[in-house]
Amino acid sequence: MSHALKSNIGLLAERAKILHKIRQFFSEQNTLEVETPLLASASITDPYLNPLSLIYDKQTYYLQTSPEYAMKRLLCAGSGSIYQICKAFRNDEKGRIHEPEFTMLEWYMVDFNYEDIINQTDQLLRYVLGCKPAQRFSYQELFIKYAGFDPLEISDDYLLDVTFNSKIEPNLDGVVIVYDYPASQAALSKSRGKVCDRFEVYINGIELANGYHELTDPKEHRIRFENDLKKRKELGYPLLPIDENFMSALEVGLPDCAGVALGVDRLVMAALKKNQISDAVALVVT
Amino acid sequence: MSVYSTNEFKAGVKIMLDGDPCNIIENEFVKPGKGQAFNRVRLRNLKTGRVLERTFKSGETFEGADVTDANMQYLYFDGEHWHFMQPESFEQYTVGEAALGDAKIWLKEQDTCIVTLYNGQPIGVTPPNFVVLKITETDPGIRGDTSGGGGKPATLETGAVVRVPLFVQPGELIKVDTRTGEYVSRVKE
Repeated sequence: MSHALKSNIGLLAERAKILHKIRQFFSEQNTLEVETPLLASASITDPYLNPLSLIYDKQTYYLQTSPEYAMKRLLCAGSGSIYQICKAFRNDEKGRIHEPEFTMLEWYMVDFNYEDIINQTDQLLRYVLGCKPAQRFSYQELFIKYAGFDPLEISDDYLLDVTFNSKIEPNLDGVVIVYDYPASQAALSKSRGKVCDRFEVYINGIELANGYHELTDPKEHRIRFENDLKKRKELGYPLLPIDENFMSALEVGLPDCAGVALGVDRLVMAALKKNQISDAVALVVT
Repeated sequence: MSVYSTNEFKAGVKIMLDGDPCNIIENEFVKPGKGQAFNRVRLRNLKTGRVLERTFKSGETFEGADVTDANMQYLYFDGEHWHFMQPESFEQYTVGEAALGDAKIWLKEQDTCIVTLYNGQPIGVTPPNFVVLKITETDPGIRGDTSGGGGKPATLETGAVVRVPLFVQPGELIKVDTRTGEYVSRVKE
């Protein structure tokens, strides 16, 4: 079928309604809608994200894999709580629930702690989807229940990911919040011993959102970025420069805050009971 | 020989895995929130027919398997091997019991089957979806009982045993779905 024919009026109206509800929710919470550039001179160090790049005026620019650093720069500059609905791009990610270009909702709440942000995420989903309150389980309790071992005793993250996908995801019905990920998977969340202040939201076993009580210490940021680069080097992946604009902003000071990134196309998938992401967007790239 | 990366995986792609040719049945790309992407793949080992589930790190590459499917006419069984012929080239292929597998009980001379060749050697035979075979043995039919309820076992000329309705008589021709092994209908000679 040609791409032009794939768009349908019902889907467009449903998507618009969902976007409107998201904006209404944040407006009621006095959270400001912002826009940040999609192109940046630096990308991320995450070993497992592959940015798309392009050349402008003889210089390499990267399409953002998420608006995280740009939005945190606004927070450092004193924006207060903010949200954004934008496009994000990730190379080599294509499948039933992945598109290299997708719509992301990302938000940051100043002075929110871990519990506040989990509660707010739950409220947002109830507001947009009209669903029941999310079930909440710790990462550790899910492993013990469905895989029969304690994930905090295992240092192989790949093994944990494969196990989570095969043994746990099929058992996650409805909206589920999984909290307290292992510290080795903290990304930019605050860590507490063996675990970290990071949670994920699943809808019927599909990952929808990822949230943190945000790390603020610039020194710890640099340590984590350098560890990422070490891992990239070990794996033979290209080394991407650390975003020094982001680092300088952190030196000024990221206020205590918590934030979430949520895949809007997957949210639409869930709302419309679609089985694949290409059925939740009006037009697909390829 | 071609090389396939996990990015090119989809149903029908044939790769070499642990030295055996395999056909991809299903491929799912998985990218955990903060982890390394991987592919969960269901494949059929074309030599053994067994279905396996494997997980590969995304970006891994595999040698393509030199596997082709050809329509061939089944000629005869010589007591040890089954003989097939490619109708265009008249080229003949001999298939052993291991490669023939479950197809054995559906083979009738002159029927056209799909023979799977790996490096030019037959490794599998798929019978036609529907075959017409004669009943050699079954309980005498109960005339007029067309309810279809119950049924009885019937042995066919190839040795296959299928469940047929009560009204079907020994010596009659019936159509069978080889994919399910189920009776479809009676066929007039």
